[in-house]
Amino acid sequence: MLADRDRIFRNLYGFHDAGLKGAMQRGAWDGTKFFIEKGHDWIIDEVKKSGLRGRGGAGFPTGLKWSFMPKNDPRPSYLVINADESEPGSCKDREILRHDPHLLVEGALIASFAMRAHTSYIYVRGEYIREREALQRAIDEAYAAKLIGRNNVHGWDFDLVVHHGAGAYICGEETAMLESLEGKKGQPRLKPPFPANVGLYGAPTTVNNVESIAVAGDILRRGADWFAGLGLPNNTGTKLFQISGHVARPCVVEEEMGIPLRELIDKHCGGVTGGWDNLLAVIPGGSSVRCITAEQATGVTMDFDALGKLGSGLGTAAVIVMDKSTDIIGAIRRLAYFYKHESCGQCTPCREGTGWMWRVLERMERGEAEKREIDLLFEVTKQVEGHTICALGDAAAWPVQGLIKNFRPVIEARIDQYQARHSKVAAE
Amino acid sequence: MTKQLIIDGTPIEVEDGTTLMHACEAAGSEIPRFCYHERLSIAGNCRMCLVEVQGSPKPVASCAMLVNDLPPNKDGSPKIVSTNTALVKKAREGVMEFLLINHPLDCPICDQGGECDLQDQAMAFGIGGSRYRENKRAVEEKHIGPLIKTIMTRCIHCTRCVRYMTEVAGVEELGLISRGEDAEITTYLENGILSEMSANVVDLCPVGALTHRPWAFNARPWEMTGTESIDVMDAVGSAIRVDTRGGAVMRVLPRNNDAVNEEWISDKTRHVADGLKSQRLDQPFIRKNGRLEPATWNAALSLVAENLKAAKPDRIGAIAGDLAGAEEMFALKDLLTRFGATSFDCRQAGDKLDPKLGRASYLFNSSIEGIELADAILIVGSNPRLEAPILNARIRKRWRAGGLKVGVVGQAADVTYPVDYLGAGPETLVDIANGRHAFAEVLKSAKYPMVIVGQSAFARADGLAVLAAAARIAVDACAAKDAAWNGFNVLHTAAARVAGLDLGFVPGKGGKDLAGILGGGLEFVYLLGADECDLSGLGSAFVVYQGSHGDHGASRADVVLPGAAYTEKSATYVNTEGRAQQTVKAAFAPGDAKEDWTILRQLSQQAGATLPYDRLSELRAAMYKSAPQLAHLDAIETRAVSGLETLAKLSGVVSPEPFKTAITDFYMTNPIARSSAVMAGMSALRAAHDQKLSAAE
Repeated sequence: MLADRDRIFRNLYGFHDAGLKGAMQRGAWDGTKFFIEKGHDWIIDEVKKSGLRGRGGAGFPTGLKWSFMPKNDPRPSYLVINADESEPGSCKDREILRHDPHLLVEGALIASFAMRAHTSYIYVRGEYIREREALQRAIDEAYAAKLIGRNNVHGWDFDLVVHHGAGAYICGEETAMLESLEGKKGQPRLKPPFPANVGLYGAPTTVNNVESIAVAGDILRRGADWFAGLGLPNNTGTKLFQISGHVARPCVVEEEMGIPLRELIDKHCGGVTGGWDNLLAVIPGGSSVRCITAEQATGVTMDFDALGKLGSGLGTAAVIVMDKSTDIIGAIRRLAYFYKHESCGQCTPCREGTGWMWRVLERMERGEAEKREIDLLFEVTKQVEGHTICALGDAAAWPVQGLIKNFRPVIEARIDQYQARHSKVAAE
Repeated sequence: MTKQLIIDGTPIEVEDGTTLMHACEAAGSEIPRFCYHERLSIAGNCRMCLVEVQGSPKPVASCAMLVNDLPPNKDGSPKIVSTNTALVKKAREGVMEFLLINHPLDCPICDQGGECDLQDQAMAFGIGGSRYRENKRAVEEKHIGPLIKTIMTRCIHCTRCVRYMTEVAGVEELGLISRGEDAEITTYLENGILSEMSANVVDLCPVGALTHRPWAFNARPWEMTGTESIDVMDAVGSAIRVDTRGGAVMRVLPRNNDAVNEEWISDKTRHVADGLKSQRLDQPFIRKNGRLEPATWNAALSLVAENLKAAKPDRIGAIAGDLAGAEEMFALKDLLTRFGATSFDCRQAGDKLDPKLGRASYLFNSSIEGIELADAILIVGSNPRLEAPILNARIRKRWRAGGLKVGVVGQAADVTYPVDYLGAGPETLVDIANGRHAFAEVLKSAKYPMVIVGQSAFARADGLAVLAAAARIAVDACAAKDAAWNGFNVLHTAAARVAGLDLGFVPGKGGKDLAGILGGGLEFVYLLGADECDLSGLGSAFVVYQGSHGDHGASRADVVLPGAAYTEKSATYVNTEGRAQQTVKAAFAPGDAKEDWTILRQLSQQAGATLPYDRLSELRAAMYKSAPQLAHLDAIETRAVSGLETLAKLSGVVSPEPFKTAITDFYMTNPIARSSAVMAGMSALRAAHDQKLSAAE
């Protein structure tokens, strides 16, 4: 279990002052000028050494991503911070935004400096209204204290702009977010060119998750070795886990990477309702990853590699726990509806495939289907996966694939029940 | 830099900047596509063009992938690209299936049937059946004007139409609203599209979602015979294909001609076709007791011959209209010259152009393709959007590429790209010519400056002085630059005009010009399709009208001789660049109407001065002798700026009167358009829109 002294987010639950004074008492903004004096490349090297992997879901090494930004480019560079947290199950960024916003503001300055950006945008999810207000308060405080802005105490001119989204999931996709920031319809761009070459307003841009940026300050303060010493090799540091669903106490908690799932649930959430044996399935990384069975969940550690081996993923570490009372077909059907509703409609497989998957699942939930349609459904997910412009197609396909892979007998039983019921009616 | 690739086993070397799709095609592998179009931006949204690239776990959209982004493998060997693997086949089948699940499959009642990309590619790359058993999506119809019929349920969301309207037409009226499977193409509040070249979206639409409303359910593509021809609705000379069935023109489609119209045509060019069927002159008429009565060819021609022979040479005049072919203008001039006539004019708008000042003085010298080089354009007395929409699209294309400055002298109008409005009349022009205006500097510092002079600038009393000022600006701006570049451009509006000037269909020694002929005092006036001038002053002259439609000219005529329209004859037209092109006969003229040169040939016999050509080829041989440039089909000569010196040296006083616009109603510029119900509908729609706008102000 993570020791209190190793926590980065010390006001995660809002028990203390979220303002500048409180944040500074907890260590924020301490030594920031010193890091900046060490230079752009030192910061990138430290972050690389810390082994920090992106906290938005894909787990791409953050330091490496920063190093892709061009060094001698006449165009301005931008940092865009993705606070469009809309993944079902995910609720970590909002805690940072409302309770520890100064860590984010400080991280934004450090990351922007490392990438030679003078302007950074934070794209806040449309539904996060109080969160945006809290963030804006922190930014205003930082401006007033000359921590950021023109001619600030750190000697690196830096503007931080909050942009409030309008509530579209797709705008959390990095290039759709850039389109939306530019005032266009939020539809993902074709890659390549990648944002590091042609991003916001055609300039080099890096898009990072809120958590990835917010931990940057503490990594530098306590040293890359400290961060790298936590967790497992290749899956270092601490991570905000968000556990929801059938547990006694759903919560957001900062823990070491690679904590066993069972330990996470038992220690922080008071266990699965009805005990561990009552567990049916877990979606370990937010709605976009394949679910795992209770059996798989028993020994697994919560990190990118272990979950990846199971065909699932750590994602945003939004753990959705489902006990045996859950109608797993209904649960995945609901997710399929979400992706159908949030598909931007730009490219064919996602536009047409998400609706198809949802409609088939609607029937399967009732059992009103043929067993051969299970294979058909699986093939449809395969026709969507990997054929789309952005990852939303994959995200829509994976939960359904997880369902079929792990719970095929449940679907078949449901179909049998339905057919038995209806053939009896027909016989009468 | 070039890049090595191995595509389906074929090693190939392609230039950097090439898309993978083009590289595959160069290697001989066909790539299916829906959303990709060479002249539009890349959307990459249909996902039909997926190919397999070595080292990439996912298939790659080849239309959007540049070969620059495909570095060689680590060992230096070229990347292997496959378009025929199981992965690619599966991907294509998958996309095809997705495109079809919500497509109504109503091919039997779809006008796109037979020329539908979706049909063709479903046959070639689909799985031949459907596994989709849910309800299909239905999409409400949209009302986007009288030219474009929508059946939006058929739409596959390729967004070609949206990109065309935004990028090429410059009218941001189409868009994709909603998201996911609810996404729909529509116009803002379902307003009609107000663009002069909107119907091209139907050609672009790969399915039957957008079809031509005026031709709905008229004919199947395989029933029609296509004839490759040239358009005469403006002086651009767009390449067209005339589709006929059983002798009737069913539709007009664009052909590709990179030098002129790329692959676009204006709505007038396309939808004027129904005007070829109404108001036609299908037999000769003779005026008796104030009424035109049907007559035989023999009677009509002998009456004309009689009057021609009786007229004094200095009292014979002829006016050639906007749609006349070079052949009939040559034959008419040839015939009347034999009777001593010198009063000819083809400048129906009263243009002050003069062929004696050299060919460069009345041509669009920079050429339409040359617009893409230009970096500064001065537009004088012209609204190119109405006078030559296709040419205007080229200016817009150039503007989109960046670094183009456009200045306008004349009436302010929305030309689909931003312009600097410099002034309303000739005085601004003179200021620029004398270097007293800031725009003179812009033109001087430009590498390829252009001056475009529209008809309204030179079809006025001081027209020659205006032309001279414009020529001075062009000569000054082009000084000490690329010697092959001539920045002086006359933008004509009439298809017949340049050929008329080339043939010298202008007053000879002692001859009267247009105003003189129309001013009265003549005994015999021959109107060759002349409908755009005021004929009320002709007085007691004996007027012959030869043309295809019963329009202004015919109503004044004493004898009407029915001729052929541009789709019914082979005739030479020279476009505003000086590019000679020939129309091809696609249909027969209605009733007793004849091809125009044959009428004049027969008349010459009746009048006792037989023209020495019995065949079209013989007429052309004689015509080429008098105007050799007409023989060089589809070619333009390079014309040095030095050809302008005579014009530039002319001096004259300009009047302060502002320039007007040459075209007020785009849809009603010639007798064929005035006979078209579709054009009338568009004209009314535009008028209502303009009225709404002015009411709102």
